[in-house]
Amino acid sequence: MKIDSIKNGIVIDHITAGKAMQIYNLLGLDSMDCSVALIKNVSSSKMGKKDIIKVDADIDVDTDILGYIDPGATVNIIKNEVTVEKKKLELPEKLTNVIKCKNPRCITSTEQELPQMFKLTDKERKVYRCIYCETAAKKE
Amino acid sequence: MRSLIDILELDTTEIQQLIDKANDIIANPVKYSEKCKGKKLATLFFEPSTRTRLSFEAAMYELGGNVLGFSEAQSSSAAKGESIADTAKTTSCYADIIAMRHPKEGAPLVAAMNASIPVINAGDGGHNHPTQTLTDLLTIYREKGRLDNLTVGFCGDLKFGRTVHSLINALSRYENIKFVLVSPVELKLPSYVKETLKKNNLEYVQTTDLDSVMPELDILYMTRVQRERFFNEEDYLRLKDSYILRPERLNTAKADLAIMHPLPRVNEISVEIDNDPRACYFKQVLNGKYIRMALILKLLEVE
Repeated sequence: MKIDSIKNGIVIDHITAGKAMQIYNLLGLDSMDCSVALIKNVSSSKMGKKDIIKVDADIDVDTDILGYIDPGATVNIIKNEVTVEKKKLELPEKLTNVIKCKNPRCITSTEQELPQMFKLTDKERKVYRCIYCETAAKKE
Repeated sequence: MRSLIDILELDTTEIQQLIDKANDIIANPVKYSEKCKGKKLATLFFEPSTRTRLSFEAAMYELGGNVLGFSEAQSSSAAKGESIADTAKTTSCYADIIAMRHPKEGAPLVAAMNASIPVINAGDGGHNHPTQTLTDLLTIYREKGRLDNLTVGFCGDLKFGRTVHSLINALSRYENIKFVLVSPVELKLPSYVKETLKKNNLEYVQTTDLDSVMPELDILYMTRVQRERFFNEEDYLRLKDSYILRPERLNTAKADLAIMHPLPRVNEISVEIDNDPRACYFKQVLNGKYIRMALILKLLEVE
């Protein structure tokens, strides 16, 4: 299978196999006019299988969302068909409107216009807690 | 401008300053009687409370200030669907400081994020209640003269009791505290609170037998088994009378034991104990007013 290389845009590489669709949706790529390629189950010497997303437009990717969903992924910025920057992802300290608090006693359950905000409280175990009620988020 | 949402926002130096201030207020009440003249405290109570609301109001009056507010959601615009954010912004136009109680966890934080005046969390559901913890710390300090080198027993509902979790977190920062956790198996301290103890290398004992540990306690913190936390009435009825403190149970206790309880009590401390010099729970109620006076002064930056 051949996907044309892109001129100016981004390539999200090393996505854990099977997660590309979730990332595609969370980054809002479905609403973009440019060419977007979502490639699943590509052979990878390091990972066995991986997914790749290519976006043929110079967009700002929300690295917080990506870092939370798949911290092992990499973001390559392409300018004039050359990779000018490789971004490594980290678990973000804060997440806003990425996940929802499931605690029925949390204020966000009744005041739904409040931003859903989580903070990283345990980096090793990847625990995020709601800033309002401190309930731990379940990994999606 | 600063608010108080969680007890851990105060470091141990600040807690000691508040305790010292409260002790000074107790010793010299007249000195403080006009410190907040012209200032207004808004008590925004979206659910019922006796002690917390009255102690905040008494605290502000004794500082020479005034109080406005409501004591149930039905008598505020919350009944019309007004948000916490808008309530906080509105109140900021009329008052100098807010004390808020709300059944939903995190509501006072939302208020603090939107108000232009300090917000004190006066209890948000089963989550935080920092002024109760300050009250408990002042009581321990006044009874024992220290907050370190103590064996502290917690008895009753250690699973759902927010005052227990919060006091354990606060005491975890002091030297040589030993925790004795007495509860039925079903109401044991949650693992995430125990993790804090383990992480800080703090000594704790977990048991179902109050009598066997009674002789070693310096503090006995009793709690109520709360009906509202159970989904099943049978479980509540089975557990509610697990540990009733009767006078004969105190036979083996230290002569200077301090018996505390955040109140309200149902039957877990027999009324015969009220006259025992070791009973501190009504002193605790009074201390609650003084520590809130100290806190109001601190947050309003009044010297």
